[in-house]
Amino acid sequence: MTDQTSTAPATPAARHAMAAHMLYVCRENPVTAASFVMFAFFILSALIGPYVVPYDPLATNSAIALQAPSLAHPFGTDNLGRDVFSRVIVATRLDLIISVLAVAISFVIGSILGAISGYRGGWIDSVLNRVLDTIMAFPLFVLAMGIVAAMGNSVTNIIIATAIINIPFYARLVRAEVSIRREAGFTLAAKLAGNSDLRVLALHIFPNSLPPMMVQVSLNLGWAILNAAGLSFIGLGVKPPTPEWGIMVAEGANYIISGEWWMALFPGLWLLLAVFTFNLMGDGLRDIVDPRRRT
Amino acid sequence: MNGRGAAISLRIAQAIPVVIGVIVISFLLTRALPGDPAVQFAGAAATPESIEQVRQSLGLDKPLPEQFIIYVGQLLQGDLGQSVSTGRPVIQELAARLPASLELTLVALILSCAIAIPLGILAATRPGSWVDQLCRLLVTAGVSLPTFFTGLVLIYVFYYLLGIAPSPLGRLDFIYLDPPHVTGFFLIDSLLDGDPATFMGALRQLILPAATLALFTLAPIARMTRTAMLSALGADYIRTARAAGLNRGKILYGYAFRNALLPVVTTLGMVFSFVLGANVLVEKVFAWPGIGSYAVEALVVSDYAAVQGFVLAMALLFVVLNLVIDLAYSIIDPRFGADAK
Amino acid sequence: MLSIHDLNVSFRTRRGDVNAVKGISFDLAKGERLGIVGESGSGKSVTSYALMRILDAGGRIAAGEAVYSGIDLRRASESAMKDIRGREISMIFQNPRAALNPIRKVGHQIEDVLRQHAQATAANAKEKAIAALEAVRINDAAARYEAYPFELSGGMCQRIVIAIALACNPKLLIADEPTTGLDITTQKTVMDLVDDLVRARGMSSILITHDLGLASQYCDRIVVMKDGLIVEEGDPVALFTNPQHPYTNRLVEATPRRGVRIRSLLPEDQRTPEPPRTIGNDPLLDVINLKKTYMGKSGPVHAVKGISFTIREGESVGLVGESGCGKSTTSAMIVRLLEASSGQILYRGEDLATLPALQFAHHPLRSKIQMVFQDATDSLNPRHTARQSIAEPLLRMSKLRGDKLRARVEELATLTGLPTHLLDRFPHQLSGGQKARVGIARAIAPDPDLLILDEPTAALDVSIQALVLNLLCDLRARLGMSYLFVSHDLNVVRLLCDKVVVMKGGAIVEAGSVSDVMDAPSDPYTRELLSAAPQAPQRSIA
Repeated sequence: MTDQTSTAPATPAARHAMAAHMLYVCRENPVTAASFVMFAFFILSALIGPYVVPYDPLATNSAIALQAPSLAHPFGTDNLGRDVFSRVIVATRLDLIISVLAVAISFVIGSILGAISGYRGGWIDSVLNRVLDTIMAFPLFVLAMGIVAAMGNSVTNIIIATAIINIPFYARLVRAEVSIRREAGFTLAAKLAGNSDLRVLALHIFPNSLPPMMVQVSLNLGWAILNAAGLSFIGLGVKPPTPEWGIMVAEGANYIISGEWWMALFPGLWLLLAVFTFNLMGDGLRDIVDPRRRT
Repeated sequence: MNGRGAAISLRIAQAIPVVIGVIVISFLLTRALPGDPAVQFAGAAATPESIEQVRQSLGLDKPLPEQFIIYVGQLLQGDLGQSVSTGRPVIQELAARLPASLELTLVALILSCAIAIPLGILAATRPGSWVDQLCRLLVTAGVSLPTFFTGLVLIYVFYYLLGIAPSPLGRLDFIYLDPPHVTGFFLIDSLLDGDPATFMGALRQLILPAATLALFTLAPIARMTRTAMLSALGADYIRTARAAGLNRGKILYGYAFRNALLPVVTTLGMVFSFVLGANVLVEKVFAWPGIGSYAVEALVVSDYAAVQGFVLAMALLFVVLNLVIDLAYSIIDPRFGADAK
Repeated sequence: MLSIHDLNVSFRTRRGDVNAVKGISFDLAKGERLGIVGESGSGKSVTSYALMRILDAGGRIAAGEAVYSGIDLRRASESAMKDIRGREISMIFQNPRAALNPIRKVGHQIEDVLRQHAQATAANAKEKAIAALEAVRINDAAARYEAYPFELSGGMCQRIVIAIALACNPKLLIADEPTTGLDITTQKTVMDLVDDLVRARGMSSILITHDLGLASQYCDRIVVMKDGLIVEEGDPVALFTNPQHPYTNRLVEATPRRGVRIRSLLPEDQRTPEPPRTIGNDPLLDVINLKKTYMGKSGPVHAVKGISFTIREGESVGLVGESGCGKSTTSAMIVRLLEASSGQILYRGEDLATLPALQFAHHPLRSKIQMVFQDATDSLNPRHTARQSIAEPLLRMSKLRGDKLRARVEELATLTGLPTHLLDRFPHQLSGGQKARVGIARAIAPDPDLLILDEPTAALDVSIQALVLNLLCDLRARLGMSYLFVSHDLNVVRLLCDKVVVMKGGAIVEAGSVSDVMDAPSDPYTRELLSAAPQAPQRSIA
């Protein structure tokens, strides 16, 4: 165990303990470890993908259109002769940016709203609940369609729409987690220790809500990608020829019934893998932020 | 049980502010966001004169509150505007296509409940067994599936490779005539008409899209059933029932399952939200003539009145579904309305 | 009737098999009332589940014999067991509300058992279920038949559980901590009811409890368990007056009862003299006509109806009452976690009630009034180590930092008997007693003058309770603190307090010195409370 006191922020020893704890979590659960490795792969693709792919993802060449996977084009080529593999890898960045940004925005806004309404209760809580009820009254993908259609077809608006439809999840979760801890012994004890309400909320109650939120974050990351890809699949947001998984599946959809499966399969598979990775990471992330998992 | 009747009325009354909220949001989406709605509503081939005409006919030159009153007035008359692409009132277009969407959604939900709930129960009663492992795999994989992609894979396998599914175009092959309109559900209408051939034809068309949607909704339902069943089986009252010598079937279904059903029913609300959204994608993939594919087509030609009408219609549908779910909940749970504190 | 020989129960866990019961033997005669007493983790509940074969997944009888009226309970088929459960051997549980199916009418739950054991037909099930409700002295049984558990009080739920257990006239009733979580007066009515029914029907019974006093009052013979083994068995009087095993002796001594001093709870070798302390004449805290009214769904709820009492410098006052009497609300107002509706809280003459609770965190008096909470686990931030928890008030309210802070935290740990090497552990890595010490260390860290103790030992085993009570006794003498000790347990209050205030329904029914109130109560409610508390047999040699 470390010998830090509460005054010291992250001492080297604490950082070391954190790393050891992460290692422990990974060793305990191989699925978590695998999901972290896959996550690293996607992050790497997003960071350096555009510089290492073999072909220009936008370069068309009708001479080699619709070729099945081969050594030169492992994922085949599309109807315009573009290399599907390069497009799939390059698309990672855009898809990850959309989902991570959308989830980050909804996490921050949702947490603040939920924490205030859960801690304070009263009319703030009632008003927020009504607003959330109204947002949740829409089937969420449909609301995202409506927002993007109304605000205009752009990547920014996709991010905003995805963030808006995710806010209620965080707000509700944080509200519930905060309100069950509002009267908890350690909360009262923190007040008696001379903490102001804001400190109690931010330093005592909120950190304890993190473990269940991490599960939500990872599910939402996956869901945000699905949502963004779904929107571009029906022609909202990302416009061709930008490589993006949803739009690539949409382009490939027309060729499925004539047997050119690779155009839709590979981007779809990558999308699926990304979502799968995020979903698997949830439990691992929770275990990492939960000190009770430390032994 | 007077308190309960009051609680149910209260729940119905609570739907009213939600409906008002939905109307406000859809009004805001229509009028108050950046961009000129007149340009959008006039459609792609608009001239400055036609835009001006649209502006006046929609009342867009008036202040927002007044516009809202006009908007609500139109809604009350069932006026969702004209569909630019078809020239017919949006409300008629939606009404004509709604049964197709509902048929698909309901069949998919019934299918997925029929699989997911028994699966969840089996997994919970045999923790660690292969059924449990299968359930966990399905649950994690299921939520990762992009519906539009699953649909395409199913089409490729069952239509292109195996050739056992009909071509993924619409509700009924060209060789059949639409059954006479009674409910709008082809499966029911064809049976009412006494036409088993058409019924089979409609069923064959329906199977793949319904399976696609069902695969998507399987995961949350199975997961919730498993979790709820596990926690119910671990509850003190199960121990009491065992100590009283009740038989396994009674304990499992009479005691545990009925309690586990409560969170499952609650989850159904969320599942409806997902399924109505996924519906849009599945309808596009299978060229299913429902309101979802109508909205997608409208998006392509910038037919905004149609899109906004669709969003509003879906929201109202969802509000009604949620109400039905809560009322179903109130029937199962005697505590409904009693937990005033 | 029941004969258990060398019974072993083990649980399969990820770290291999764990033996919860390690070879116990006892017999139970027809009509005998046996008590199994032990602290948490002693294996007493597991024993009863094993007899019923309703152990949780992974648990099994690993070895030994359990024979009931010639039936081998270990090897009987599951269908044979099903007929025994409820019909031959029945069980009632702690936490009665959770022990009933929340969404089924209680009448139907009784019918389920009657029908299962073919004691009733569809035609007469309702009639018989109502008769079963009447047998447990439920008034207006026909109406209660239709009730759901959430509509009934805890005591009423326990009667339903008893009705379910006794519906088919079993020969043996096992009661597993049947009164835990119930108020003391309810506890008495429930125990008296069970006892009357068992005697009237000539049944045998096994009472499983942590409370030696309760067991001695309601059992003919007591078995004491510790760590899966029986350490002693005998009749209650013998056990109390002349315990043979050191563990029983410690348990007997640690049980608070009439006529003992706080030090007598400790093992003999730890009985240092009680430290002297002085009680001043000046009031430290003067509560005057304090009221709290909530707005409930159906009109205002008067939680505290204008109470007044005084705590002098160095004095310890007990605030006693059953759940819902307003004692917790009162303490929350004094400690400034809750706004008072009206009245005065004079702390050395300064009216705290006029200071908004929300801003009290930064008031200089914040450090002077501190509190120790009921549930030590719940009151420690799960993300903070013991060191961080104890340091928190010092960081907020003192200027100590760095090495001085460290030294002070370690000093506090030593003062409260917490080994300093445990300071860097998280709450989940500490035992119940250790967590209680962390909670106390944190409360005394800012050097308070008034410490409010909200049932600080309610969740602890009696041996740990004895240590914590004595620690509190030492600390007040050493640090010159006054206590407001909130509790439902008069026997504990008697040990620690100078004065006692008895509350009921938001009002004070009686107040006075401990000896006056306890030995010559003037109010009928106080008398009821005193008589409801289980009385252990007096030791001949005190």
